[in-house]
Amino acid sequence: MKRAILWAVATAGFALASANDTFLIRNVTVHPITGPNVDNASVLVVDGKIAEIGGAKLTAPKTTKVIDGKGMHLYPGMINSATEVGMSEISSVRESADTNEIGQFDPQLRAAIAVNPSSEHIQVTRANGITTVMVMPATASGGGGRRGGGGASQVISGQAGLMHLDGWTWEEMAVSKSAAMELKFPAIQSTPARFSEMAEAMGIQRTTYAEQKRNYEKSLTEAHEFFEQARRYQKAKAAREPSLKADLRFEAMIPVLEGKMPVMMMVSKAKSVKDAVDFADREKIKIIIAGIDEFGDFAATLKAKNIPVILGPTLELPNNEDDPYDQKPALPGQFYKAGVKIAFATFDVQFARNLPYQAATAVPYGLPYEEALKAVTINPAEIFGVADKIGSIEKGKWADMILTDGDPLETKTQIKHMFIKGREVDLTSKHTKLYEKYMGRQ
Amino acid sequence: MSKTLLTFAALSAMGALTCGAETIVIQNATVWTMGKAGKFVGSVVVVDGKITEVGEKVLVPPGAKIIDATGQHLIPGIIDCHSHIAAEAINEGSVSVSAMVGIEDVINPDDIDIYRALAGGVTTANVLHGSANAIGGKCQVMKMRWGKDAEGLKFEGSTPGIKFALGENPKRAGNVQTTPGAANTGRPPRYPATRMGVEDVIREAFTEAKEYQKAWKDFNEKRTNIEPKRDLKLEPLVEVLEGKRFVHAHSYRADEILMLLRVADEFGFKIRTLQHVLEGYKVAKEIAEHGAGASTFSDWWSYKVEAYDAIPYNAAIMAKKGVVVSLNSDSAELMRHLNTEAAKVVKYGGMTEEEALAMVTINPAKQLAIDNRVGSIEPGKDADLVLYDKNPLSNYTKVQKVWIDGSQYFDRDNDVSGRAAAEAKKKALMDKEKEEQRRSAPPAKKVGGTGRPQ
Repeated sequence: MKRAILWAVATAGFALASANDTFLIRNVTVHPITGPNVDNASVLVVDGKIAEIGGAKLTAPKTTKVIDGKGMHLYPGMINSATEVGMSEISSVRESADTNEIGQFDPQLRAAIAVNPSSEHIQVTRANGITTVMVMPATASGGGGRRGGGGASQVISGQAGLMHLDGWTWEEMAVSKSAAMELKFPAIQSTPARFSEMAEAMGIQRTTYAEQKRNYEKSLTEAHEFFEQARRYQKAKAAREPSLKADLRFEAMIPVLEGKMPVMMMVSKAKSVKDAVDFADREKIKIIIAGIDEFGDFAATLKAKNIPVILGPTLELPNNEDDPYDQKPALPGQFYKAGVKIAFATFDVQFARNLPYQAATAVPYGLPYEEALKAVTINPAEIFGVADKIGSIEKGKWADMILTDGDPLETKTQIKHMFIKGREVDLTSKHTKLYEKYMGRQ
Repeated sequence: MSKTLLTFAALSAMGALTCGAETIVIQNATVWTMGKAGKFVGSVVVVDGKITEVGEKVLVPPGAKIIDATGQHLIPGIIDCHSHIAAEAINEGSVSVSAMVGIEDVINPDDIDIYRALAGGVTTANVLHGSANAIGGKCQVMKMRWGKDAEGLKFEGSTPGIKFALGENPKRAGNVQTTPGAANTGRPPRYPATRMGVEDVIREAFTEAKEYQKAWKDFNEKRTNIEPKRDLKLEPLVEVLEGKRFVHAHSYRADEILMLLRVADEFGFKIRTLQHVLEGYKVAKEIAEHGAGASTFSDWWSYKVEAYDAIPYNAAIMAKKGVVVSLNSDSAELMRHLNTEAAKVVKYGGMTEEEALAMVTINPAKQLAIDNRVGSIEPGKDADLVLYDKNPLSNYTKVQKVWIDGSQYFDRDNDVSGRAAAEAKKKALMDKEKEEQRRSAPPAKKVGGTGRPQ
């Protein structure tokens, strides 16, 4: 309720501050995603929201700005479901990265507040049609985190934030400052033969399976204990126990325990998914499986329990030497056919702009085209609980839209205009500026 | 499970196809010749591993195998000008000049990345030494003849190459203990630690190489009777001076690119290709004047300081300013979709589709001076061909068939239909190994027990 009020205030504030978010697009082919395409359509945007979708006869007050969409296509802006955009500038330079904090349980950390609105990555990423990104407090690759920071021992990394790629401050950018809790689910590290040879050659000692299993079980127990402590804190707080001292970590866990904030379970291997689901059942929390890089029988469980999956890059090598060469691009189709809701993510910053091409690559290997589009628009909006605001072109939603000369999942397609909350967004970037500058060198 | 077993299973899964060079006619395909004939719907005739005829109408030789490719797209085999696959070692990083070592001696023909590259339409790759040293080791151009031995992979007759490297990577070993956060190896720093030092290492090496070249010249022309002692480090550099070995130089920033061109001018040799060359767009004029080729990434950037001014328009700017440009992978993964990487120069910089595809076919062939053999679909050239089901620049396309020297090395249908059999074979082998382990293991000791006296 408190959040809803804040929401209303924020929206109202925005409407007052901005006059450039009312316009009419004519003669455009609308791809609403949640309904059939409409040719020769008109879309009226008022105060940043989609007010009406109609035919050529749709009228607007005379003063309304009109954009001719002839020959162009209107899609909702795309959503990248896990990135480091704004949090890591040059991935080899630790000073420029704010992912991967020290500590094992850090639910109180908020990625959103470490998003640098001046990062060059914001303009570069949105130029390819991405209007919203999830920023993660930690990533598997670690970004700049590899060269310092903690990260390695993290179980709960903090709160992921869903951010618009436009705004003067992170506050203006935030669609949902605390959209999900990131939890790196413990795993038994299995080393592929070729890497273990390499590790041996480098003198790195291999831990035995038994040791790894012990570590794994220890981590799981610790995670359960942490949830248990948080739950005790929650109860004590509800009972207004006078002796209770404020604890920011447990405080941050309350929305998770109440089932209001989903937990993004970072799990890469099939055999860990079952454990992750069991963990969620025991703790009665809402989860999203993220970063899974193989398919398995677990998919039926995910479907039955309505657990969605955030898929990593499709342009990746197979896990093992003898896996099919197209293992990764085939994954999304397999999940879709198993009835699991999917969304795409790049899990990085450098290639965040290539999200649409990653999604497209799944199509020739079994994912229906419409589903690839959904997996970068309406699916993530639903997964993160913001489908009432973004993810499709529907009356009442924010005008997060792109006007293109073709299919946004094809590389050669140009994004001609972008609107975020109905405001036209500049599509130039450091890259286009350097292009102009050096093309002009005589 | 042993590695051999895995590899065996992998090999059979990938159904080594090589059925030998046949007479083939590929009909009704959209043929992207990448040559003067342009793009058209027609046919290609292959005899004895070579392309013999290309056209809208061709004469079908008697006994030819006909492949109906209606609606499909045929392109010349993709050439990756920068790869490290099929090499057991990449970097001899202990010295700043390692010209004596070479990839030719460490080729691993069992590397599954060869098959994966094939499945991505790559038929030829320039396999390079790493970038740890200002002057690295020798390179090897290879064809992706999966199933052949190390010698059989080598692109016969190709001009040998050598890797140079500028900027952050060759500096790294000089900064082991001074850079915060850098790995402290306990070793003393290795010269150089700056871009100044990188230039010096190259100039020193070529100063020595010139003296070595002169010593041999004097001996061969009988100006002296003292035979010079052979120097395996300097010999490849003399070959560079004599234009017999190509320099492929890893480079990022405009200043270091210009430095290398000027050093080459000073010693009278040419830089054949600048690799990565992410700021090449800033000195495109100088690169074009020198005549160096540029082999770059489509859109990598921001992964290190020297890549922060990298832009996806790099390839287009350099091409528009007269540089022969190719797009490379430097990655066993990216190598598998260089066709869609090429689509990025259509997006960023407005190249035509054919100009874009040239950057992964005929242009790298020119850069490696193998364009008399590969890189386009023209009579007389090697039958290195890739058949796609859709436009090769579309994200929705899939490689269907790949030929090298007229032999088919990849077939998607066979790969997919062979998977179940390969799985069964793998399982049988694993069961057999388990069974053998069980039999050779000492009998399990009974713990606790039945009360029966032992």
